[in-house]
Order: sequence, then C-alpha cells, then structure tokens
Amino acid sequence: MSDLEAWAHIVTSVQPATLLGASLCGYGLGAVGGLFFMLREKLATAFSFGAATLSALSGLLAGLLMLGGGAGSPAPQLELLPALIPSLRFTVRLDALSALFLLVVSLLGAAISIYSLGYAKGFFGRKNAGLLGAFYNALLLATTLTFVADNIWMFLFAWELMALTAYCLVSFEHEKPETRQAGVLFFIMSHIDAGCLILGFLLLFQASGDYSFASLHGVGAAMSPGKRDAAFVLFLLGFGIKCGVVPLHIWLPVAHPVAPSNVSALMSGVLIKTGIYGLTRVCFDFLGAPPLWWGVTILAAGTISAVLGVLYALMEHDLKRLLAYHSIENIGIILMGLGAALIFLHTGHPLLAALGLIAGMYHTINHACFKGLLFLGAGAVLHATHTRNMEEMGGLAKRMPQTACYFLLGAVAISALPPLNGFVSEWLTYQTLLQGFGTTDSLWRLAFPWSGAMLALTGALAAACFVKAFGITFLAQPRSPAAGAAHEAAPSMRAGMAVLAAACVLLGLFPALFIRLFDPLTQQLSGVQLSSQLSLNHGLVLGLPAEKAGSVSTLGLVLTGVCLLPIPLALRLVFGRKARTRRGPTWACGQPGLTPQMEYTATGFSKPIRMIFKALFRPRRDVQREYDFSPYFATNIRFQSHIEEVFVERLYRPLRITILRGSRRIRALQAGSIHAYLLYIFVALLLLLLFAL
Amino acid sequence: MNLDFPILFAQTALLLLLAPLLSGLIKNWKAKLQNRRGPRVWQPYFDLLKFLRKDMVLSEHSSWIFSVTPYVLFLTALAAGLLLPLVTAQAPLGLFGGVLALVGLLALGRFFLALSGLDPASAFGGMGSSREMTISAVAEPAMMLAIFTVAIAAGSTNLSQIVLASQGPGWKFFDPSRALAFTAMFIVLMAETGRIPVDNPATHLELTMIHEAMLLEYSGRYLALIEWGVAIKQLVLMALLANIFFPIGLAPETTPATFALGLLFLAAKLLVLAGAVVLVETSNAKLRLFRVPDLLSAAFILAMLALVSTFLFS
Repeated sequence: MSDLEAWAHIVTSVQPATLLGASLCGYGLGAVGGLFFMLREKLATAFSFGAATLSALSGLLAGLLMLGGGAGSPAPQLELLPALIPSLRFTVRLDALSALFLLVVSLLGAAISIYSLGYAKGFFGRKNAGLLGAFYNALLLATTLTFVADNIWMFLFAWELMALTAYCLVSFEHEKPETRQAGVLFFIMSHIDAGCLILGFLLLFQASGDYSFASLHGVGAAMSPGKRDAAFVLFLLGFGIKCGVVPLHIWLPVAHPVAPSNVSALMSGVLIKTGIYGLTRVCFDFLGAPPLWWGVTILAAGTISAVLGVLYALMEHDLKRLLAYHSIENIGIILMGLGAALIFLHTGHPLLAALGLIAGMYHTINHACFKGLLFLGAGAVLHATHTRNMEEMGGLAKRMPQTACYFLLGAVAISALPPLNGFVSEWLTYQTLLQGFGTTDSLWRLAFPWSGAMLALTGALAAACFVKAFGITFLAQPRSPAAGAAHEAAPSMRAGMAVLAAACVLLGLFPALFIRLFDPLTQQLSGVQLSSQLSLNHGLVLGLPAEKAGSVSTLGLVLTGVCLLPIPLALRLVFGRKARTRRGPTWACGQPGLTPQMEYTATGFSKPIRMIFKALFRPRRDVQREYDFSPYFATNIRFQSHIEEVFVERLYRPLRITILRGSRRIRALQAGSIHAYLLYIFVALLLLLLFAL
Repeated sequence: MNLDFPILFAQTALLLLLAPLLSGLIKNWKAKLQNRRGPRVWQPYFDLLKFLRKDMVLSEHSSWIFSVTPYVLFLTALAAGLLLPLVTAQAPLGLFGGVLALVGLLALGRFFLALSGLDPASAFGGMGSSREMTISAVAEPAMMLAIFTVAIAAGSTNLSQIVLASQGPGWKFFDPSRALAFTAMFIVLMAETGRIPVDNPATHLELTMIHEAMLLEYSGRYLALIEWGVAIKQLVLMALLANIFFPIGLAPETTPATFALGLLFLAAKLLVLAGAVVLVETSNAKLRLFRVPDLLSAAFILAMLALVSTFLFS
C-alpha cells in the first residue's frame, strides 16, 4: 500500500516543467545518438526515432497537464543553460498558448516518430538513415523551443535553428536537381521571414527595453500608432511567409513534397503552425488593443488563402504537392477564425473573440492531425509505388487496405464532413462568422457572411479534391505495373497512421470534452472562459453561448446513423432473401476488356473546375498528332496541359529579375582594385564621423 | 436531453414513405405537361420493391467503398431529414445539429457516391463524379449565403429556431431579402436534385448525364437504397425550402390534431413546390455543362443581394 502511495505521490508531483525539460533533452539525445551511431543504420534509426517518440510523449503529457490544470495556474519557467552574456538567457516558459502548441507538436511528433521507425528502412543502403534521424530530432527540438521560448533572443535562435534543420531535411535527397532548387527557395524565403521578424522584434524592444516575453506583454500600448502598425505589418509578413499565406506561399508547395514523407508530415502539420503561433502571440499578447484593419486584413488574407489554396490543390496530380496546397487552404481557415477574433477584440466582444480563438486553435490541432495522417498515407503510397504521380496509381485500396482506410478517414476529415474533426472546427468557424454580423453596424459586417460563403466554397472544393485524391489513387484499376505490385505498409508505419486516425475520430466525436483545454488559452488572450457555456448535455453536445443559437453533436449524428442502420438491413431480410450477389465485368459499351487507360484521370477529373476558373488558371494545352493520311487516324498523339501559377509568373518573376538587375549594377563597386576599396573605407569613416557629430 | 419518440418515429416513417411518392408525382406531372400518360404516381414504390428483390452484380474492379456507399447515402439522407422541422416546428433531432449539419450530412453522402462513381474503373462513372463534385462546389456558396440570410435574421443556425423566428408576427414573404434568398435557394435546389437546367434525371445519354453516370454500375438492393436515399434527399431539400420560407402550419406543440393539420400544410406546400419544379423543368432546356456555373453564380449574386438588403432594411 505504501508503495502504491509513493508511486501515486511521484506521479502527481511530476511537474509540466520537468516533463518539458525531459522532452527537450530527449530530442537532443536523439539527435546526438543519430549522429553517433551513423554507421550502423538499424541501431541509429531505432535509437533516434525511439528517443523522439518518448520525448514527444513526455511533451504531450506536459502540455496536457498544463492545459488540464485549468485557467490561472502559473506558467512554469525553466533555464536551459547558464546565460553566456547577462541579458541573453536560454529560458523557456510554458504558458497556455505555448502549452497548446506544445500539445500539437508532441502529438504529431509521437505519431510520426512511430511511423518513421518503419519508414526510415526505405533509406537503408541508399541514404544515411542515422543522419535523417539526427536532423529529424533537431527539427523537433527547434520547433518545440520556438513554441516555448521566453525571450526574443531565444525565440529567434530557435526560429533560425528550425529553418536550418528544415533546410537540411528538405534537401535530404539532394542528388535530384528538383530537390536542390526547392531547398534553395526554402532557404531564401525562410531568411526573408527571419529578417522581417528581427526588424519587428527590434521595434518592440525599442518600446520595452527588455528581451523577455513577459515584459513585452501589452507593449503595443507604449508605442506610437505608426510604429505599432509597422510592427504588425512586419510580423504579418514574417509569420505569413512561414505559414504560407497567399501570396507569400510559393515556397510551400515546392519544398514540402520533396522532403522525405515523415518530414513533409511534420512540416505541413506543425512547422507552418509556428507562423500561426507567432501571429497569435504577437497580435493577442504583445501589440495590445488591435485597430479594426488588422483583423480585417487577417480575415481577408485567410479567406483568399483558403480559396486559392484549394483551387491550386485541385489542379495538382502530384499527391504530395496536392496535400501541400491544402496546407495553404487550412492555414487560411485558421486565419479566418483568428482574424474574426481580432475584429471582436476591437469591437469589444471578448466572448466572441474567445469563440474565434477556439475555432482557429481547434482547427490548428485538427489540421495537424489530418494533414499529418494524409502525408503519412502519401508516404506509404510513395513507398509502395515509387511515384508521386497520381496518374500512375490506382487500385491501391485492394493492395493496401489499411492505409486506404486511414487515408479515407483523413480525406473525410479535411473535407469538413461530419462526423470527423474537420467538420467540428469549421462549424465553430461558421458560427464565429455568423455571430460576427451582429457585432457592428458598419458596412464591414458584410465581410463575415461573405467569408462564410467562401468557406463553404472552400469546403466543397476540398471535398471535390479529395474525391479525386482518394478515388484516383486508391480506387479502380492500377494505372501502372508499379501500382499493381504495391504492398501494404510496414506495421510501425500503420501504427503511426492509426494514432492520428484515432485522434481525428476522437477530436471529431467528443469536441465538447476537448473544448475545456482551451479555457486557459482564452483566459490568457481574451479574458474569458467559454468551455462551460459551449458544452451542453454533459459534454455530448456542442452549443453556442447565446441562447439557442445553434448546437451540434457529431456523436449524436453517428448514433442516429447506427440506430437507423436496421432499416436497410431489415429491407434486405424481408425482400431480398432470394437475391444473390455475383461479380461481373464493368460495362464498357459492349467492348471486351476494360483497360486502365479508359479510366478517368486526375487531370480529367479536375478539368471542369479548370475551365470554370480559367481566368485564374489560364490553362494552355498543346496537342501534337502524327498521322499517315488523315488526322482522324492518328498514329501517335502527344498531349500537354499547363496552367499558369499567377503569383510565380506575375509577382515573383518580375521581382527576381529586378533584384538580379540591381545586384548586377552594384557589382560594379567590387572592381577588385585595392585603391577603390581603400577609398570606400575612407569615405565610410568620414560619413561615420559626420554622423557622430 | 429528452427526445420526443412518437415524433421521431413518425418523421422517420414520413421521410421513408413520402419520398418515393414525391418523385413519382413529379415524374407523372411532367409527363402530363408533355402530353404523355407517364408512369403512375406509385411507380417508384414498385421500382424499389423490384430492385430489392433482384440479384445484384458487382463490378469485379470495385472495392469495399462501392458496397458501403448505398448505406452511407441512405442513412445520411435519413439522418439529415430528422434534423429538419418537417411537420412540427420542433425538429425531432434538432439538438444534434442545425442547417450546417444538414448540409454536411448531405455532402458526406455525395462524397461517397462520387467515390463509388470512380470505383468500378469505368469512364462514365468518373465523368459523373467529376461533374457532380464541380457543380456541388459551385452551388455550395450560393446555398450557404441564402441560408445565412435567414440564419442571421433568426440569430441561429438551429432550423427550429429559424422556423420559429420567421413564424413570428414579423413574417412576410415579400420581404425583399427573403424573396431574393428564396429564388437563390430554388436555383440551388434544381442543381442539387439534378433537375433540368442542370442535369436531366431521365437521360442515360453518356455525354449529358451527371447523376445517373455515377449509378451506372449499381443494381439490385444497392440501387434500391441509392434511389431511395436520393428521393429522401430531394424531399429533405424541398421541405427545407418550403418550411424555412413558408413556415405556416408547422405544429407548435404535438397533439394529434395539430400534427394532422401540419401534415396537410406540408402536403400543400410540397405540391406547390413540385408544381414549380415541373414547370421549370418542362419550360427549359438543359444547359451546356459550362453554362451551369453562370446560372449558379446568378444564384450566388441573388443571395448576396438578399444579404445586402437585410443590411439596408433592418
């Protein structure tokens, strides 16, 4: 008995800070171990991904303890290393906002690490799996540090570490030219965003005089409006690049697909969320009472990203690029919730602001789960068929039944269909937007239902896109010999997917229970707690605080379906007792033999949408026929279809050309003559002296 | 949470039994208007019975998705119907979700049906799925915006609340925002139920069919479930349109007398709406596929105007 009590004492006395520290050390150990055992790939893989799994579980527990402790519990602080220079301290702190994102990174980290135990075997003998494990751990470490950093210096350090490790992972298969180009683009964009952040933080530092995040709380009130707006714009650009807001998104669909699939899952699920974290931290914590245009800008940016993200996703037939574009869409949906929350803070509706925050944050968790799941599924498919091109897949539901099941769950969730988690968070977003209409009398309020309608368009297009992604990849006949010879994924890979699939189901069916985790967060950022008002009927129904404004119960809908199931079954028993079922060929207009070439292709599937939105896509096609005597009897046909990526062509290309031209002009300064350089130094010295006077 | 079981059972039975009748009625009236005798009003019941008894042929290329879809489609349509105030102002399962859940459930059914179109590896099915998902995507914003107009006026997405709010003394149909929203919703209804300016329910011509193309490989019991589910979906959408915009006659509390009266009013509203559908179907030609988005963007603009006029006149 005393043993048991002693154990219970130990378990209850475990502090979130201890767990967080253990988790950070674990990642560090995993990274070092991966490098240390680099030459023995089996051991290195088991060690580094095993360490990552355990560390992630520890982090998950820390986040849960912190958020489950309710609002108002003090944020534990931790000094990682002794300070080298007095003001530059390596401190981390776990407040509610950090804890929530710690939860996201740890949940996804745990599932992906389990998956990677099997997935990394695909690199044995080809690439160094130990190196992959080391960088993977370093990336998890850096991302976790970004979420819990407690001062500007620590945050920027973690941010840079994250960008560099992510760059190494993106260019992991650097022997392909496509990968190298993607890596360079990623590198450039991450440093532009780091530059914006440094400038933004300098503006904040100027007002506060201290590096710590605690001293930055509400610092916006001490700044002049012009500087405050400038800081907001800089942060919006910096964090916007990280989370892939249109038009700053161009690196995302290029860099995510070329990385190994477990890394893609981590990048799309968590890494881009550092942008959301930063934006929330800055807008809700640092900059103080927001003017109206901040919220409207974020809402507009979110709406545009959501619609354009899904439209470009529909045009893809590369499975991983398709998923990457969907990340842009989902970031847009998250930003819609956050933007609406900022507007409500401006109009003085903290309760609605809390609702908007919950909508955005719930979608953040959900997106991490289903996008992680989908990327892992895509990784399993890639592993089995050795191609990312959907036109060469097909028939995989029979060859990889479990992977197909998990992918389908992810597809239903991301398409915001009931009863899974995507539906719940989009329901909350819709409700936020609808409630927003009544908060103000100005013309701005039309923006809310307008965004709601665009959210509806996004949802429906996402459903279309995932009918395509699942249908072309997993259904019908295999379109290539490789797809025909595909095999089910390794057990650990399936286990990793199962964890995330279970998370999607649980987050979908029991939203009212998870809503409680947001109490500390909304208390911290908008000053109210909402969970008790959102959860009706013992947590089985999700409802709105306003009397009878709307309620939903995904569990109730599922139970309804289960209760109604006897009807079709009884119909079969009563009427269809004599009916038999047999297999037969598919109708092919009476012709014998249905070949995979007759199936609908991914490009064909999205053609109506390409035609409807042709003003955006500017589709071009090129058909070449070879024939002997009549064009109607072609011996050979070549078909090429191409769409224009507006932002790359119209925005970034002219920009790049201008920058290159400018740098060519500046090059004239570097003439290679020592006399000229001496002159420069002299002029610089003079200028500095004049400046000092 | 207390469920009103008699109403729950009554509404389930009503949805199951009324849906084929509504389809039969529309078919019969359409034939009459075209100077044909047409099938009997009861014909869909006989069809369903026959399909249920028939042997079934499954495509050799199809997977388990193909077998799950009929159940998903049938159950989602039925569950969506239970979220709707059909005869009584209080929907039997209104607590489980409002108009967003209703639209979501119907979308779930469509998602699975479109997957099943791709499953048997036939080009027709893929074509149907592609077009169905495209048209629904273009119809969705118009539908949501029209729904938002009434939801914002009622301050709720709960359908019973919407109905009760518009039943109040302030209700008048010729409120411009309501009339505009109704028109938008009617256009969406024609698209969602696969009716003539958008899709021809009677055609089996490869190049024009949308909905039928996805069902091509279904037979026997599964076909019966799908046909029935689609009929229920049509009933749900028509009743949604009728009851949101004309909430008269919905029984405020459930006594047998008010229920019977409510039933009578529902029948009258559905008959008028079915008449309108028949008229539109007979007096219009099917649009070319790429003209359909024009029609649906007109619906979207009407819904937007409805919203703006709420803003102007309130």
